[in-house]
Amino acid sequence: MIQDMVVYLVFMGYAIGFMLGIATLFTWVERKQSAIMADRIGANRAYIRIPFTNIKLVWMGLFHGIADGAKMLLKENFTPTTYDLFCYNLAPWLCLSPVLVLFCVIPFGGTLIPGELFSAGSSFPFAQQIREYYGARSYIMQIANLDAGVLVILSISGIGILGTMLAGWASNNKFSMLGAARAASQMISYEVSMGLALISMVLTFGTLDLNEMVRWQSGALFGVLPAWGIFAQPLAFLLFLTSAIAENKRVPFDLPECESELVAGYFTEYSAMKMGIFMLSEFIEVVIVSALVVTIFLGGYNLPYLTDTGFILPGGMTQPLSHLTVVLLQVITFMVKVVLTGSFMIQTRWSLPRFRYDQLMGFGWKFLLPLAAFNLVITACVRWFILVKG
Amino acid sequence: MDLWERLYIFEVIRGLSITGGVFFGNMWKWLTFRKGALTAYYPEELRSDYSPANRGRHVLTRRANGEAQCVTCNMCATVCPAYCIEIETRDINFDDPNHPKSPERFEIDYSRCIFCGFCVEACPEDAIRMSKEVPDFPGFDRDIMWAKMDLLLNWKPMCDPAKVYPEAAQAIEEVHP
Repeated sequence: MIQDMVVYLVFMGYAIGFMLGIATLFTWVERKQSAIMADRIGANRAYIRIPFTNIKLVWMGLFHGIADGAKMLLKENFTPTTYDLFCYNLAPWLCLSPVLVLFCVIPFGGTLIPGELFSAGSSFPFAQQIREYYGARSYIMQIANLDAGVLVILSISGIGILGTMLAGWASNNKFSMLGAARAASQMISYEVSMGLALISMVLTFGTLDLNEMVRWQSGALFGVLPAWGIFAQPLAFLLFLTSAIAENKRVPFDLPECESELVAGYFTEYSAMKMGIFMLSEFIEVVIVSALVVTIFLGGYNLPYLTDTGFILPGGMTQPLSHLTVVLLQVITFMVKVVLTGSFMIQTRWSLPRFRYDQLMGFGWKFLLPLAAFNLVITACVRWFILVKG
Repeated sequence: MDLWERLYIFEVIRGLSITGGVFFGNMWKWLTFRKGALTAYYPEELRSDYSPANRGRHVLTRRANGEAQCVTCNMCATVCPAYCIEIETRDINFDDPNHPKSPERFEIDYSRCIFCGFCVEACPEDAIRMSKEVPDFPGFDRDIMWAKMDLLLNWKPMCDPAKVYPEAAQAIEEVHP
């Protein structure tokens, strides 16, 4: 019992560190990546001076995240006089908490058997104690191993829009309200096609459990191709990615907060750390959405040909690895995949122009939705055919 | 828009490959220790491609004995449309009949200078010139924007076609990091 608690506390700590760490990293990646693709250098002015020396650590501008955080914490917490006090203060938290909760169903690694992390003769401190303490217990590296993970994701990610709408309504500002109205209609339009794309994936995998989905993807298609969702369902991948970018309100779908029209959209009236929470939740949302895309379409923590015992190449070659190596490889693979997907989203954000509002609605309802429905019908037919035949 | 453009995805891929190409090209330059940007780190890094005729920072030329060429006639300060030159004369040295007067203080306020070059044209002694480098005065107060004598006199050319230069032997080119 205590053993389980220790392991899950470690998982939760890892999850929080993962989300906040990578979200902070993304603020830096966004600056640097946009700078590099525009022939610029990017943010490099924040530094930490080692006390009593003249050595300034710049580290390619990595400290700008810290500088931003410090600035947001120390700024004046200005609030307009005409606003709904309760809802105004509730909105940022309502935006942030569902995003943080979402990560609990995402598997960030394979099966962990703490007792087998270290070999019997290992000289690592406490290695033998860990072996004895945990015995043969095994844990799936996921905070909540729910068998309805996809439904949880859909329902909880739907809550996030409440914070956005509340922020717009409560701050008593026309720009905020316009932003909130746009956010609401945009969310509704794109959540439909996102849901349909997810349902076709559920049909393909035959399960709602995200961990089962990842395990399904550890196989191989046609012998050599890793059986990732993107190869099984390329159209659903495109639809899901588009709707996911629309869901976290980034360019080209950033109409709720488009600076050129609406000042800052729904969080115009927020300042200091309240605004910071909106920013942070946006970046955590990028992490979460990337994690979702990775889990459902890019094979999750799977490296091609890596199984729980080691590499098995299609030619029949094998390379056995210890449990510790496999676990570390899986965790790192997941992290790298999430960072790469996130920087693809950042690349999209800095490449594409924003939709006009009617184009956005037309694109959502007249283009994405029929495509998603079409994809779902095709998937269902193929699935039925396979079931009947097999 | 034709059908191809209205399908959107292909144009998105085209746009992404343009920006991605620029990104990976520049990234490759950074990774191989070259500079993958067109911009300069100002003020650590100065542009090297200024025209030789660029009117940049002022320099004071020197006599063969190392004194400033300036005879403090005040013509530059008089002609200066921005009133940014201040000159103070040292005690007159009658041992040197060609140049009895020399400046005690010669200061230019770069917060007011408009780089018109009138001072260079007005000077009867070829004592003030403008180098092609721009003055390097980023800072937090206006005092730092005053160019004092020690800065103006630190010009050490490899050779000077107009006259014999005192420290030409151990002269160094002005180098900016």
